Amino acid sequence: MNQWKNFTKGFVKENAVFILLLGLCPTLAVTSSAENGLGMGLATAFVLVGSNIVVSLIKNFIPDKVRIPAFIVIIASFVTIVELVMQAYSPALFDALGIFIPLIVVNCLVLGRAEGFASKQGLVSSIVDGVGMGLGFTYALFLLGSVREILGSGAWMGMKFIPGDAILIFIMSPGAFLVLGYLIALINKLNKTN
Amino acid sequence: MGKKESTFINMVLVLFVITAVASLALGGIYNLTKEPIALAKKAKRERAIKEVIPDFDTLISYKVMPATGKDSVTISLGYKNDTLMGTAIASYSNNGYDPTQIQLMVGFLPNGIIKNTSVTQQKETPGLGVKIKDAKFKNQFMGINPAEFNLTVTKDGGDIDAITAATITSRAFCEAVQQANDVYQKEGGNK
Repeated sequence: MNQWKNFTKGFVKENAVFILLLGLCPTLAVTSSAENGLGMGLATAFVLVGSNIVVSLIKNFIPDKVRIPAFIVIIASFVTIVELVMQAYSPALFDALGIFIPLIVVNCLVLGRAEGFASKQGLVSSIVDGVGMGLGFTYALFLLGSVREILGSGAWMGMKFIPGDAILIFIMSPGAFLVLGYLIALINKLNKTN
Repeated sequence: MGKKESTFINMVLVLFVITAVASLALGGIYNLTKEPIALAKKAKRERAIKEVIPDFDTLISYKVMPATGKDSVTISLGYKNDTLMGTAIASYSNNGYDPTQIQLMVGFLPNGIIKNTSVTQQKETPGLGVKIKDAKFKNQFMGINPAEFNLTVTKDGGDIDAITAATITSRAFCEAVQQANDVYQKEGGNK
């Protein structure tokens, strides 16, 4: 498989959030600001690459019928390791992202890539897939968070440019659905014209 | 090498090995990170105390039970050259918007005036309730004398402007400060 294509598919053609619509629960919940979106995206990308590597290495040892429980144990272990290490060696980052880390276990994107890609492909392809998909997920969350923060808080990456409150609904749950809907429409339109 | 067959023995064996390796790895990592995590938590607590009371060189901490509430509250007395500089009280409220306890460090000057407050734990709504950490809300508590100040939000007839769309969080913050003040009035002068 062409590795470049494999890498870039996560950005537009098979973007987890905008095209595959995978992992939407954390996407909607955490993107109330650009910074949160970025942090959640990067943490997910890390777990995704880690679980893809392990799954692709041991795929031949896992009998088909128990593959899902096996994948979940692997993913959950990775998430817990990330959480503990972050808490110990980077408390500041943990303060900012701590609440999102356990959410990664239930992110269908991670399980989806383990099941749909890493369990069938070689090690290198799986790493490339993990990095591409992870970064695609990150930029989608960052974009969503940016739009919501700009409209909802009048700020971007914590820097306020409109004093006072902005359109508060955008940082609450309905705003997440609204912005996601418009972004999906936009990305699909761009995809079609390409 | 072919794929393992889904026989009963294979499934049990493989799952057993995977869970065993995962438990070993997690146990090992937990042991490795236990100490740094405790240190990081302690450093965080001390940073919060430094933020809310004036410069000190010795710190004496002890726990008391507040009149209301289920958990104990930690009182830290900061001394410099044997003079009491301030009292930091780690207070909490269980009535935030998120079930997770909101924890605050409230600093009192020896004359009973609140010097500053610092949020040490919260999981309030991102973009709304988390604004309790912002200066605009927090500074309302700076330099006030709780004896002549109503520590509730304006909606409840108090003197604190709540955060827009986060009244519950604002109330919980006020409640935690009030609890700190109650504890201070009861215990603060004893030592």
